[in-house]
Amino acid sequence: MEATLATIIAAAAPLLFVAIGETISEKSGVINLSLEGSLMLSALAAFAIAFETGNTWLGFAAAAIVGGTFAFIVALSSISLWLNQVAVGFVLASLGIALSSFLGSGYTGKPGGPIAVPPLDVPVLSDIPFLGPVLFRHDIVVYASLLLVVAAWAYIYRTRPGLSLQGVGERPGAAHARGVRVDRLRYLYTTLGGVLVGIGGAALTLDAKLGWSFLHTRNLGWIALAIVIFGGWHPIRVAGGVMLFGLLQWLALDLQDVFPGLTQVLPIMPFALMIFALVLVNAEWLRDWADRHPRWGGIILGDAPSAIGRHFRAE
Amino acid sequence: MTVSSGMDAAGVRRAAIGVAPFLIALAFAGLLVMLVGEDPLQAFEFILQGSLGSPDKLSDTIMVWVPLTLAAAGLVVTFSAGLWNIGVEGQIVLGAIGASLVARSLDAPTVVVIPLALAAGVAFGVLWALFAGVLKTRAKVNEIFGGLGLDFVATGLTLYLIIGPWARPGIASTSGTEPFPRAAWLPALGDSRFSPLAVILAVTAIIGVWLLLRGTRVGLKLKAVGGNAQSARLLGIPTDRFILGAFAVCGALAGLAGAIQATGFHHKLVPSISGGYGFLGILVVLLAGFRAAYVAPIAAFFAIVSVGSIALTLRLDVNSALGSVLTGVLVLFALLASGLRSYRGRRRADAVPPAT
Repeated sequence: MEATLATIIAAAAPLLFVAIGETISEKSGVINLSLEGSLMLSALAAFAIAFETGNTWLGFAAAAIVGGTFAFIVALSSISLWLNQVAVGFVLASLGIALSSFLGSGYTGKPGGPIAVPPLDVPVLSDIPFLGPVLFRHDIVVYASLLLVVAAWAYIYRTRPGLSLQGVGERPGAAHARGVRVDRLRYLYTTLGGVLVGIGGAALTLDAKLGWSFLHTRNLGWIALAIVIFGGWHPIRVAGGVMLFGLLQWLALDLQDVFPGLTQVLPIMPFALMIFALVLVNAEWLRDWADRHPRWGGIILGDAPSAIGRHFRAE
Repeated sequence: MTVSSGMDAAGVRRAAIGVAPFLIALAFAGLLVMLVGEDPLQAFEFILQGSLGSPDKLSDTIMVWVPLTLAAAGLVVTFSAGLWNIGVEGQIVLGAIGASLVARSLDAPTVVVIPLALAAGVAFGVLWALFAGVLKTRAKVNEIFGGLGLDFVATGLTLYLIIGPWARPGIASTSGTEPFPRAAWLPALGDSRFSPLAVILAVTAIIGVWLLLRGTRVGLKLKAVGGNAQSARLLGIPTDRFILGAFAVCGALAGLAGAIQATGFHHKLVPSISGGYGFLGILVVLLAGFRAAYVAPIAAFFAIVSVGSIALTLRLDVNSALGSVLTGVLVLFALLASGLRSYRGRRRADAVPPAT
């Protein structure tokens, strides 16, 4: 039990970075649809740079730059060039996949042992029964991923800048009237989200799933997009979605002897759940119920930022 | 004089912005080839040879062009209605499943099996597209995410069929089903895969879509829905019906593409049956600026690059993803260039206040 939970939490770290990063971008009103490609390319960049230099953290830096650059291109095209952000994101996804396949062929199967993120037990806390082995015997990347969830939640919902972030995604006109610089904040948070996506890529190839092969991160970018929706654009619920996905994956591995074929079918579960979540979010009877029971409704239903995907023009 | 020379300069600049993405893409791909220590010009030559250099290679390229053009033709219709039909991949997959169902179970001569298999492909494609359409019109699920989800469900369904009910006897493998009986192979010329019927279908589809959007009331209304659904509704256009109709047309053409993939190219159901032509088709339509007239030549270019770069790996030590990199860079910079053009236009409009 302890070991299982610890495994799920350790394996969830990369997806947490990616999904929280995308949540932040989308909160500001910009959809970065390039995730599948930027995640793959940053995962490769992390492994290749760390492998060549022997320095794990340089790998993380390279991945952050790749993820940030992809997101910045999406921001630039939609905010300044008024292009369709879905179109640009989609093209970048294809390009990132192709580039990682082309540039990565030399790194397939290379040993990653010496450049892996070293394990780090938290002193004292790791000796707590149950909680210690589950939460505090991982490495710094896993701790950071868990802290990120709490930090993102606190920042978005409990600070003034977080309020502005919500404002540019929900009512950019009103935010602009209050003196918030809508475009600048969207640039900032979209790129920051991309940096986190990149770090998630590094967390894959240098930690959770050490090594590189093409399609190493297969579909994780699309899955992250699905989980952000499933989680209703709320960091804590998004994290819950990531953990649920991890649990499903673990079940698939564990039960494949009993139900062969399950490993093939379970990877599509997040998408089925995403469609289901999207239907529920818009179902009128559930909306009515949530309005009548605000405390429970708020937990189950999450809304997309109202101005998501829309270009803002200050008149 | 000064006015006309100024316009010439502007014209040259416009032309330069138009050609630039293509040159950037070639330069980028060339640099990558140099990076792995090969000669870029030779690589481009091998790409052309590998896709057009012999009748066999040409027929393979044409059989990539067919599904790509079919999918792109369908996507022009959904884009005209303002829809991002990312579910097109799944619609191709379902078309292939439908065709496989007929090809595997019907023991009859080709003249009976093939029309039925293609029709089943169309029907399955329409069904899957309407699924995304109803999710959008009834449950208000954004078609991008609904479609993406349905793509993965379709892939999961294919895998399930291949390792489950349609598994080859004795072998649990994801390499595909048992090949179809010969009667269920799309008739082709000689030993090649070249099927005149498939080409005729693709050409008909793209011309049909071009005519639909160019000269008919339905096409006009469809574009009104895509331009501004709310005003279209106020004008009395039943927007939901047009949205579902656009999905159905795209699903039909994508399903046909899938049926041709199964009966004409692989001759069985394989996990990657769509060939990625749905997503590639989206890139084709983006580069075509959503205009049907440009789809066929651009799809031909994409097919040449795609088939040629796979052949390239046999001649040079260059990864076959080179082709996807080239087309990706091309579309990205074409989009950025069009954004830059309108950005400069806005700048000029801001600088010179309109005369009243």
